Amino acid sequence: MAPIWPRQIFRDLKAAGVRQVAYVPDAGHRELIRLCQSDPGIHAVSLTTEEEGIAMLAGAWLGGDRGVLLMQSSGVGNCINMLSLNQECRIPLLTLITMRGEWGEFNPWQVPMGQSTAAVLQLAGARVYRADAVAEIAETVRAAAKLAFDSSCIVAVLIGQRVIGTKDFTK
Amino acid sequence: MNASRRSADKMRLDRRAAVARFLRRRSNELVITGLGSPSFDVAAAGDSPLNFYLWGAMGAAAMAGLGLALAQPKRRVLVITGDGEMLMALGSLATIGCEKPDNLSIVVLDNERYGETGMQPSHSGRGTDLAAVAQAAGFPKTYTIWTENEIDDLAKQVFTSRGLVFATIKVSADPGPVCLPPRDGAYLRSRFREALLGPDAHT
Repeated sequence: MAPIWPRQIFRDLKAAGVRQVAYVPDAGHRELIRLCQSDPGIHAVSLTTEEEGIAMLAGAWLGGDRGVLLMQSSGVGNCINMLSLNQECRIPLLTLITMRGEWGEFNPWQVPMGQSTAAVLQLAGARVYRADAVAEIAETVRAAAKLAFDSSCIVAVLIGQRVIGTKDFTK
Repeated sequence: MNASRRSADKMRLDRRAAVARFLRRRSNELVITGLGSPSFDVAAAGDSPLNFYLWGAMGAAAMAGLGLALAQPKRRVLVITGDGEMLMALGSLATIGCEKPDNLSIVVLDNERYGETGMQPSHSGRGTDLAAVAQAAGFPKTYTIWTENEIDDLAKQVFTSRGLVFATIKVSADPGPVCLPPRDGAYLRSRFREALLGPDAHT
């Protein structure tokens, strides 16, 4: 059964007026991506690499559209120079990041980026929120969206691997 | 096109004249420029609040154009950038080729060099055919342009009909006289949004 929190996030993103959703496919965001793809009021755009989404959503905001970037923690490192666009131009960015490389990770290759995700984002000018329980996710995303769009900030919500569950490669 | 004409830089189009000629037909189109000389070329052709000049974020131009085109489906969006900036974001051509917005044109001013960093040769002069990359990524209309007449044809295409367009204009390595547009990002974004969205820019 699909978890409930992606549907809550989807409802809140719609309420915040989000019309463009950029994503690199990710298992943790699978249900949210599916909901966005099936909504005729949302342009859901699959990217080849995460920094494309930073630029796309900057263009969207210049044109009056709000957007959100969905990615996994491994994609954060791809975005760092591109975030200079948001910092220099004070262009809002809301990004929802599913964490790998922390809670019970099986794949050691995910650990380096997972361990540095929050610090790297902060050094690049982002405000970083975390949600480590299902009950925290929706309100955290709502607060992040408000901060991003009302105060023209870069805001990242990290959704902990404890919530998403650890991928089991042996099954 | 014969080989000697291809290789003789002095036979190439002057980039300032080429951009000015292309933009003669512009009315209210939205323009995003890639960092370096393309920003200076577009500014030299005439500053406008509807020009958004990138001075950094190399590789952003095409995707910023996509987001803007999706947000403003009734307006025409032009991305004018350089070969080095486009080469950094070849993946974005795959993304845009899938989305196929019919109000977006990407124009690459291709001097086959990294002009800001010492004129080192770029991949586009060493075998990478950018228009062929765009075509392979699904762009329905792609052009490589060498002459003024071809610029006029491109302008007619871009400014009078819809469709996703990619064009490379082969230009000389001469950067032209200094012409620097404003570079304060917050100013550029605010004047762009106010010109495009009016009072809604501030909600």
